[in-house]
Amino acid sequence: MTNLKERIIHGIFLINGLLVVIVLLGIFGLLVFTAIPAFKEIRIGEFLFSTNWNPTSYVKPAYGIVPMLVSTFMVTLGALFIAIPLGIGTAAYLSDVANQRVREIAKPIIEILAGIPSVVIGFLGIVLVGPFISKIFGLHNGLNALNGAILLAVMALPTIISLSEDALKSVPNAYQHASLALGATHWQTLVRVKIPAALSGIIAAVMLGMGRAIGETMTVLMATGCAPAMPRGFLDSVRTMTSTIAIELGEVPYNTTHYYALFGVGLTLFIITFFVNMVSDIILHKHERLMK
Amino acid sequence: MNKKHLKEFMGFMLLRICIGIIGLILIIILYDIISKGAGKISWEFLTAMPRKGMTEGGILPAIVGTFMVTVITAILAVPLGMGCAIYLNEYVKDNKITRLIRMSIRNLSGVPSIVYGLFGVVLFVQLMHIGTCILAAGLTLGLMTLPWTITASEEALKNVPNSYRDGALALGASKWQAIRTNVLPYAVPGMLTGTILGLARAAGETAPILFTGAAFYLPFLPKSLFTQFMALPYHLYIMSTQHHAIAKVRPIAYGTALVLIVLVFTMNLSAIILRYQLRKRRME
Repeated sequence: MTNLKERIIHGIFLINGLLVVIVLLGIFGLLVFTAIPAFKEIRIGEFLFSTNWNPTSYVKPAYGIVPMLVSTFMVTLGALFIAIPLGIGTAAYLSDVANQRVREIAKPIIEILAGIPSVVIGFLGIVLVGPFISKIFGLHNGLNALNGAILLAVMALPTIISLSEDALKSVPNAYQHASLALGATHWQTLVRVKIPAALSGIIAAVMLGMGRAIGETMTVLMATGCAPAMPRGFLDSVRTMTSTIAIELGEVPYNTTHYYALFGVGLTLFIITFFVNMVSDIILHKHERLMK
Repeated sequence: MNKKHLKEFMGFMLLRICIGIIGLILIIILYDIISKGAGKISWEFLTAMPRKGMTEGGILPAIVGTFMVTVITAILAVPLGMGCAIYLNEYVKDNKITRLIRMSIRNLSGVPSIVYGLFGVVLFVQLMHIGTCILAAGLTLGLMTLPWTITASEEALKNVPNSYRDGALALGASKWQAIRTNVLPYAVPGMLTGTILGLARAAGETAPILFTGAAFYLPFLPKSLFTQFMALPYHLYIMSTQHHAIAKVRPIAYGTALVLIVLVFTMNLSAIILRYQLRKRRME
């Protein structure tokens, strides 16, 4: 009798555990299922390679996602350009230079930064970063790719810092001792021994930060101006995949080609972030095995 | 000082500048919002309805809406997260199924929040016919929070020494009895700590609720779970980008941002204090 009860309880927990698999498959499945009807009217070639996105045109609606792909990659790469040196520098400082007291102050700072809601960061993009950019570059408004890149850097930094710090800490002490014993300074040891040894872990951290930046919605929605045209530079307004979905989904009727096409954009976004996270995961596991 | 050490000095200086910049970023963010938002905070702002197209009055419906949605999020994400963690940590340690589950958890935590929003629209609003409402938004946020609550709960279960389990099993307890009497009582406080952190993140999220129930302007409190609602993060988005008189309502936007930040930080802080006290108790 107790045996049966135990097996039922075990079964319940198994189903509970499998729920996350179902949710992941469900997300992918529903995105595919809802995106497919769009391609009855839109050629996949046009969707993937056309540089014109204008679904509300009365003459001929156009559904090319290239401008948003370019926008997303511009703000993401811009963010990484800022966040990689800052993040790795901070992580190196925390793992190799800082004393216990500084570390105890720094940890909550990074945790607080990570806890700030993205909509608040986006708000600051409008009221702080935007005016700053427009003043420096003499533009009439500062809502552009550069603004988005700066904000996304702030959002990606906590991830990059804490995971890079973990990677640096996972390097066995013997490496450091050997280098110091050979007469290298702490700086040389850090730059030539520890960072190269932790590199795969650091790359995984950067990739994860990149995945966050690609999928971030509110900051880019609020701070990049969101003009749907093909962007020409970092001082131009951009409209990422996430902000296109956020702007347009609220306005289209359910179950129209436009609606389905937005799920096509969502599916593209899902596949890109899935791939980035997967690669990060594989690199991280390789790193962990290497350090053991 | 020879060249080698000069280089080291400069290098470490560079790293100090890096962390200095991080600190500066946080100070600028907090200073701007606190200095410009604090003046707006008053009893009326926190407890009154918005008036005259949101150009006057308070943000009570947004506070209540965020609270109600977060409760739904917790009801979905906390028990399911704990259950999944119990399965992974207590029942089966490592086989094909758990590897599949763990892979799914990692991938779910990387799914962009707006994609959860799309999923919520199709599943809850359309397929389940719940409509755009508090319940649909809360369930969507709950699914998004699930990977975080699982990870946090598993962390807490790992902190329970194995001898607790073995002791119960040696006395003839069944697996579930051992978990219920000797593992969960010690793990639940830790599970809650991590869970609160996840819920704080969910409370500040905007993208998943954009199309699942958040509303522009509703000057009354929600009467059921099946109505649209105002939420703090969505309200901040509206007040800073969509309102017809953006410059005029800027103080309200700052006040909303401050309330949102204080709410999220209070949740974080209570989790941190809880964690600290747990650690102290464990030491004794």
